[in-house]
Amino acid sequence: MSMLVKKATRDSYGESLVELGKEYNDIIVLDADLAKATKTIMFKEAFPNRFFDCGIAECNMLGVAAGLATTGKIVFASSFAMFVAGRGYEIIRNSICYPNLNVKIAASHAGISVGEDGATHQCCEDISLMRSIPNMTVLNPCDDIETKQLIKKSIEIKTPVYIRLGRLATPILNNPDYNFQIGKGVILSEGNDITIIATGLMVYESLIAENMLSKIGINARLINIHTIKPIDQKIIISAAKETSCIITVEEHSVIGGLGSAVSEVVCENSPVPVIKIGINDIFGMSGTASELLKHYGLSSENIFEVVKDSYYKYKKDLYFI
Amino acid sequence: MEKKIINQLKMLACKVRIGIIEGIYSAQSGHPGGSLSIADTLVYLYSNILNIDANKPDAFDRDRFILSKGHTAPALYAILALKDFFNYSELFTLRKINSKLQGHPDMNKTPGIDMSTGSLGQGFSAACGIALSGKISGQKYKVYSILGDGEIQEGQVWEAAMFANHNNLNNLIAIIDYNGLQIDGKVKDICDLGDIKLKFKSFGWSVYDMDAHNFESMENTFQTILNNNTNKPTAIVQTSVKGKGISFMEDICSWHGIAPNKSQYIDAIHQLEHELDKLEEELLCLC
Repeated sequence: MSMLVKKATRDSYGESLVELGKEYNDIIVLDADLAKATKTIMFKEAFPNRFFDCGIAECNMLGVAAGLATTGKIVFASSFAMFVAGRGYEIIRNSICYPNLNVKIAASHAGISVGEDGATHQCCEDISLMRSIPNMTVLNPCDDIETKQLIKKSIEIKTPVYIRLGRLATPILNNPDYNFQIGKGVILSEGNDITIIATGLMVYESLIAENMLSKIGINARLINIHTIKPIDQKIIISAAKETSCIITVEEHSVIGGLGSAVSEVVCENSPVPVIKIGINDIFGMSGTASELLKHYGLSSENIFEVVKDSYYKYKKDLYFI
Repeated sequence: MEKKIINQLKMLACKVRIGIIEGIYSAQSGHPGGSLSIADTLVYLYSNILNIDANKPDAFDRDRFILSKGHTAPALYAILALKDFFNYSELFTLRKINSKLQGHPDMNKTPGIDMSTGSLGQGFSAACGIALSGKISGQKYKVYSILGDGEIQEGQVWEAAMFANHNNLNNLIAIIDYNGLQIDGKVKDICDLGDIKLKFKSFGWSVYDMDAHNFESMENTFQTILNNNTNKPTAIVQTSVKGKGISFMEDICSWHGIAPNKSQYIDAIHQLEHELDKLEEELLCLC
């Protein structure tokens, strides 16, 4: 797996915009002085007349996006996750989601892997904020292939979409012929002992952990959830029924993110223990991305340990041995 | 402006004010003060300025109107009803469950509403987006937006003001309803706006004055604006009286967001109907 090619999902986003810009004349892209970082600069260079830098004014950018969408434009608005989902929350809620407008909010630099910039820029609450708003679809792709497909698919649904993108280069793990569908989880590894449900950057770490587990005889089911909302209830309920326990893994707070979304489904349909690996209700700090991921328990080694311990703790036939 | 035309506009404004009071009294909640202060402006815009058709409320090339001070929706609903966008009887359902007429404007529920607003400062940014779209697509439509004076305390308004100037949105006309009052008191006592005209000028806008309760003043201002070939966005600071048209509500802060009780309602309607009768008599003399 070390041979995998790496690419940041924000780069995939920039490339997608350029491709889609050729196909759709109505695509307008907005940014708030971070075009070089969010990669909307690629679209700016290709279609300068359809790109508008709103300056460091995210709230206005989101309102402008809403206005453009009322006239039939397909709008992509980008900044860092912190400044759109965080600062722009209320504009997203009231000006974009309430009128149910065709605005795609592509937020880069999400999660702890932002790294050196530290806690002020490490948004680990965006999934929680965005998925609680009615009419919003929340996507969190894990690699280049998934990002490109979901950006394209997001245009087909003419309602608000939040797309979470990372700063860090991530291994391309999906097959090029992989067919992404909004709202459908993907089983990356069939297994009936225990289930790992991961999203975004954590899918790759979980894949490594799953390999390590298989070497000690634990067959974990690994599910990639790229659509946090609407969540794939079917795939989660099956996992709850067929395996002893579910471990969720996300580069996000354990409050309100993937782990919460999975728990909501499991609690109502088929209760089993759900162990959440994520940021444990604390602020991050400066450091390299890999140091931080390790520090906060988001490494493959820690996922392996938690899954292994949970497996022995909740093993269905433990009492009968 | 012909006296007869002015008289007709005044009569329509009276009817809008009656509609405001009927709606808010019926709901037993809402914002009469700021609704009454923009009533004349809405009458002028919807009668003389906006290129719109009640039969085609979604026409792509129509002018847009964004009520950024969305809490004064009762005034907008009244003019839309009187201009046949929907039935006048709907006004009595204001703020009631399952009504077309929400407490704040909803573009998906009410015909003639171009943007859902209510959270202050946000409608103005959307107006900028609609104006920008017109420029990108080479459309001739104009975008009009009314903001409250208290509303421009919101930082987002000034983000939008910068954006509009930077993008030469000369198809955008903002009207600031300067009635001097906000919920907690006088604007100058809560958080003084300073010189509003100077502020917009320094943000690169063309700025004009207007008397919000004088149709000739409106006509003069709009004629100047529409004949002015500028590449800049336009701001009109209209001096208005909160609660205008109902003696006991005029310039009284506490009428910002409460409904009249029964005797106040009867008094208010009586005053407006009396004014309407007077205008009708004047009209007969003019004909």
